[in-house]
Amino acid sequence: MTTWLNMSLQDGASPIMEQLVFFHDHVLMIMLMITTTVSYMMVTLIRNKQTSRFMLEGQMIETTWTIAPAIILVFIAMPSLRLLYLMDEVHNPTLTLKAVGHQWYWSYEYSDFTKLEFDSYMIPQEEQQESTFRLLDTDNRIVLPINSPIRLIVTAADVLHSWTIPSLGVKTDATPGRLNQTSFSISRPGILYGQCSEICGANHSFMPITIESVPAKYFINWVSKLSESSDDWKQVLVS
Amino acid sequence: MPSLAVMAGKKEEPKFELSTAPFDPRFPNQNQTRYCWQSYVDYHRCRKVKGEKYEPCEYFRKCYESLCPFAWVEKWDTQREENRFPGKI
Repeated sequence: MTTWLNMSLQDGASPIMEQLVFFHDHVLMIMLMITTTVSYMMVTLIRNKQTSRFMLEGQMIETTWTIAPAIILVFIAMPSLRLLYLMDEVHNPTLTLKAVGHQWYWSYEYSDFTKLEFDSYMIPQEEQQESTFRLLDTDNRIVLPINSPIRLIVTAADVLHSWTIPSLGVKTDATPGRLNQTSFSISRPGILYGQCSEICGANHSFMPITIESVPAKYFINWVSKLSESSDDWKQVLVS
Repeated sequence: MPSLAVMAGKKEEPKFELSTAPFDPRFPNQNQTRYCWQSYVDYHRCRKVKGEKYEPCEYFRKCYESLCPFAWVEKWDTQREENRFPGKI
């Protein structure tokens, strides 16, 4: 259901996204300031008595309206660049998740401790329950631990895709034959949704991304459970 | 931040460490394709030079297993078996 919440950004679930939300609000305030000033000027221009109609130049005001935008731009550029480089940073990850885009589903691989691989398809409308979100829920969710830096490797098997989670501030293109890296850390437990963000064919809209973020303890239980049948998992345990 | 050593909930469950391929200053970019490839080549070169039992080679294995998609590794393994792997091992 569309609510007013959809008008704004989703709540940040990672430190980067929180900063991005702050930056967005900061820029909107500057925009409001400029819009107010410009509309005030337009209104006064229309309503005044045109007393300086034949004025040819005004050095003072021209200097001011050249310098002022430059200063305003600096106030936007500085936090923007800071965030840009922060998003690029890889903070010594504890876990690597590989996301591979296919036509039309995502498959995920965990291979740090055991080889774990699964496909993640959208739940079709006929199989929906009361609790599922239409076009957003998947049959196999990605489970990830909270409060730990995670490296995400994104690639594709056929055409371009794009792996996105808005509430984490993450969007990375999936390109066949190339491994794109991005990193994030989830700050609270919950279920996060995203959708493929690069037109990839007929079912582009029907390959959502679902993350279930849980405390590290539960993540380990989940991994252990999934890999119980696998033999190389037991080898990892012994070594 | 040091790697996160986590105790699983119940006592009988073994402790294990969440660790992955570390940041490598040779590959500071978003594009990590080369990191995966280089680790794969290094692992097999290491095993060729130092012998199959040489423990430190396992570092490279961990790196390429963490970074490379399984399909790529399978493809390269087949290529090595059939002596048509494009890299120098």
